[in-house]
Amino acid sequence: MLIARDLTKTYSSGGRPLTVLKEVSLEVEAGGFLAIVGPSGCGKTTLLGLLAGLDTPTGGSVLLDGSDLATLSEDGRARLRGAKVGFVFQTFQLIPTLTALENVQVPLELVPRRQDGKGEEAVVDRARTLLARVGLEGREHHYPAQLSGGEQQRVAIARAFVNRPVILFADEPTGNLDADTGARIIDLLDALNRESGTTIVLATHDADLAARAKRTLRLVNGAVAHEDGRA
Amino acid sequence: MSRPASILRLSWRETRASRRRLLLFGSAISIGVATLVAIRSFTADVEAAVHRQARELLGADLLLTSNRPFTPPVEALLDSLGRQGVTVGRRTLLSSMAYVRRSDATRLVDLRAVGGGFPFYGRVETAPPGAWRALDGADAAVVDTSLLVELHAAIGDTLELGRRSFRIAGVATEVPGRLSGGFGELLPQVYIPVRDVEGTGLVVFGSRATYQALLKLDGERAARHIEALHRRLFEKEAVRARTAGDAEAGLTNSLDQLSSFLQFVGLIALLLGGIGVASGIGAFVAGKLDTIAVLRCLGAERPFVFAVYLLQAAALGLVAAAAGAALGVAVQFLLPTLLAGVLPLDVAVSVEPGAIVAGLVIGVVVAVLFALRPLLEVRLVSPLQALRKPFEDEAARPPRDPWRLAAFGLLAVGVFALAMNQADRPAVGLGFAAAIGVAIGVLALAARAATWLARRTVRLGARGARWPYVVRQGIANLYRPRNQTRAVIVALGFGVTLLATLYIVQANLLGQVQFTTLATPGQPNLVFVDIQPDQEAGVESLLAASGHPALQRVPIVPMRIAAIDGKTPAELLESPRTRPPSPWMLRREFRSTFRDSATSSERVVAGAWWHGPGAGPPYPVSLSADVAQDLRVGVGDRIDWSVQGVTVPTTVVALRTVEWARFEPNFFAVFSSAALRTAPRSTVMLARVEDAAGRSRLQRAVSERYANVTSFDVALVQATVERILRRVALAIRFMAAFSLATGALVLLGAVAAGRLERIREGALLKALGATRRQLSRILLAEYVALGLLAGLVGVGLSVGGGWAMMRFVFDVTFRLPAAPLLAVLAVTAALVAVVGIAASREVFRRTAVEVLRDA
Repeated sequence: MLIARDLTKTYSSGGRPLTVLKEVSLEVEAGGFLAIVGPSGCGKTTLLGLLAGLDTPTGGSVLLDGSDLATLSEDGRARLRGAKVGFVFQTFQLIPTLTALENVQVPLELVPRRQDGKGEEAVVDRARTLLARVGLEGREHHYPAQLSGGEQQRVAIARAFVNRPVILFADEPTGNLDADTGARIIDLLDALNRESGTTIVLATHDADLAARAKRTLRLVNGAVAHEDGRA
Repeated sequence: MSRPASILRLSWRETRASRRRLLLFGSAISIGVATLVAIRSFTADVEAAVHRQARELLGADLLLTSNRPFTPPVEALLDSLGRQGVTVGRRTLLSSMAYVRRSDATRLVDLRAVGGGFPFYGRVETAPPGAWRALDGADAAVVDTSLLVELHAAIGDTLELGRRSFRIAGVATEVPGRLSGGFGELLPQVYIPVRDVEGTGLVVFGSRATYQALLKLDGERAARHIEALHRRLFEKEAVRARTAGDAEAGLTNSLDQLSSFLQFVGLIALLLGGIGVASGIGAFVAGKLDTIAVLRCLGAERPFVFAVYLLQAAALGLVAAAAGAALGVAVQFLLPTLLAGVLPLDVAVSVEPGAIVAGLVIGVVVAVLFALRPLLEVRLVSPLQALRKPFEDEAARPPRDPWRLAAFGLLAVGVFALAMNQADRPAVGLGFAAAIGVAIGVLALAARAATWLARRTVRLGARGARWPYVVRQGIANLYRPRNQTRAVIVALGFGVTLLATLYIVQANLLGQVQFTTLATPGQPNLVFVDIQPDQEAGVESLLAASGHPALQRVPIVPMRIAAIDGKTPAELLESPRTRPPSPWMLRREFRSTFRDSATSSERVVAGAWWHGPGAGPPYPVSLSADVAQDLRVGVGDRIDWSVQGVTVPTTVVALRTVEWARFEPNFFAVFSSAALRTAPRSTVMLARVEDAAGRSRLQRAVSERYANVTSFDVALVQATVERILRRVALAIRFMAAFSLATGALVLLGAVAAGRLERIREGALLKALGATRRQLSRILLAEYVALGLLAGLVGVGLSVGGGWAMMRFVFDVTFRLPAAPLLAVLAVTAALVAVVGIAASREVFRRTAVEVLRDA
């Protein structure tokens, strides 16, 4: 499902090159659940960005569901994400001017649809179903500002699953939530992983959260320090 | 570390990441300050020049003017002054047809017959040099270059004026007093010796000649002395006296008005800039809330934090104003070159420290006043916010914050003070302030209504019509947090309102002239005036012979008011009244007509028209409603008129409104035919000739037979009207373009203020699968919607304003010029889209990974 080979990312900082990721290789099978862990600044977020094709590596390659990201243009990678990838962010990243339902619809809206109008109804139905699945029935027309942090993150999860992604990337999804709410979010991700068979790649520095994953990858100073697989 | 020093230091460090953005907020203020400094400085320069050259402008120390030949008592005075050693020059102004036989061309000209050594001051420039001296002899003329061009004539040709021929001795490029009296610059000028006027036969009963005596005295004081000494005589004999000082005051006055108008433009730019600053600072502060919370956690007191950000606003104002002042001085130095052909005098440019200091102070004051209210948010930031984000209701402000009211009050007082500072009279300042307040208030309300409507529409569009996602997202973007949609709509809407109102007024007024004359078959387009009673039959038969018989014959009888309700004008003016009648109306010459029915351009608003020829004496008369108001008379009042010394008693029986904008002979007073049938009169005849060549042939035929008969081609008059309107329009268009540019700067500031949100949102959408094409469409939808809203608000207000102007000021029927207004709307949307998308380039440049980086 996801294969990374010798991923390296170098930034230029004050005129000097600064390597934040050194030859990281990893593989995640379909339906897998990988947690990338490590202290702040170890390169977790950078790695996640490269794996999802949000950024381009200085060296190495990423194969996502059979597509080599290096061969795709920026728009090509965007289309790939739109079709196959879901995202959950630490700061939820909902669009404040859209309601919960509309936020969930966004990934479907970005994909060209059939012209007969039936596509429209399907979009709304699918978004409603997912909102109900994350427990937000009846909150469809609330704006992000009218929702609590946990509720916002649940909207974000519904959005992440709305386009039936084959892989979901989550960046510190519980970082901005209290322990109880965070735990419920993880339960939800876990359940959705099982129900839909979506592959999940998660970056976190929370050991409890990482323990829920099938495999963990520990990064220290931009390099793989330890890999532990239970499945 | 002392407190002020630490406030200063922190203010400076705090702007590190956003200095360029802050300067963008201030750029509109720079434009306003630049205008104020340039206009104030240049006005001072021009006024200094006017003061130095006042006598050159008039060409004499004292100018006496009368609409009839000077009466014997005035001539006696002039003779006695001449015996005392005063040089007395003469000038007679009238309009006449000029004809060049060689090229067979005619043209209506502004004829100026001069003599007695005029001008005494200033220089005359002619080509060939010295041609002016030919006027000391006989049968010589000096003409404007434009006349030679229009008549295909050359120096040395013979020019026929009335019954006499003149040799064109040269062309005048500069003559003092050029702008005083007559038709100014509308008609080409022709100078001839004053003693030759009589022989032309142009001065006959009813012709409009102006007689002037120019006195060379020992300076302004002597001129004032003569004026004061003979004031009674001048008033009695209807002679207007004007000294070089009066001319200076008059010119300075018009200059002040022009300058005050232009400064008003600058002030508007400043206030729109102020709105931009308020909006930008608001967004800036909203982005600083976390920093402020941390500062509070670290022990900063609220006044300290407030001072830090207030200082930033003041510094922003100072930098913007300084840039504006520098720009203003540069413009001031450029203006004399740009206006070289227009200014009638030599202007020396000098730096005016007063104007520069005023500009700097005003810039800072505007920035601080407008920043105050958004800066008040700073005080409400709780240190707790550094630990966790507040919930919505916690963040809500106290409903009645006295500080907010105080900030509003200060702003109102400040705007009022600025307006007073621009205006020469308190009433004008108050008017300015009120107009600005109302304009911005109405714009703000309209902006609020428009955004509400757009939001509703997009909601409906989402449910029912299923608009494309990019359109819905784009319009929804107008409401993103810290949006400045309303500020941008107000700023841009202002420029659009001005521009669109201008088009509406122009289209309506020009359309009126066109509609009623040129375009309508059967409407006259050729006018012959000053036809004497013994010439009527002759002119009629000339017209009939050409196949274009007279369509209308309008008799004209000159007269003055002898008494109203038994009181002479002198008595009326002396008796103390709360609302005295207009002295000018009481003393002016009325050119009236007689007929027994109203025309299609007249509407009776009080009383009723008479039947038949009208009984009398007293005879029935109808006044235009405006004149009746100026004279303080109404239906039933008695007016006695003096017609060439004969008293004609009348009673006002009807008041009418007149559509003056229509090109038809219209009158202040219309008499019954019984009243004036036997009075001395001249006649105006109107005819219609379709082609321009035919009109010109007929004009020539009439002026050859009847030299004193002057004719106008309506197409030429219309061209002149259009030229004047265009000149006025230029000033307004300048003002509109200026406010549009300011609006564009406010828009740039708004885009800059929302930069972070935009980049973050762009990255998020990219992460969720949006292509660049989709992103650019969302931005396009957003800016086109913004431009359309601003355009709609502006065009909507201008339609209202234009209608009101047509209805109440010009009194003509309102017609909606739909096409130009749609064009204005489209241009606004395009302008906003181009500026907005250009300013949002960063959204495309940044990669999607930004979405992971903002925690």
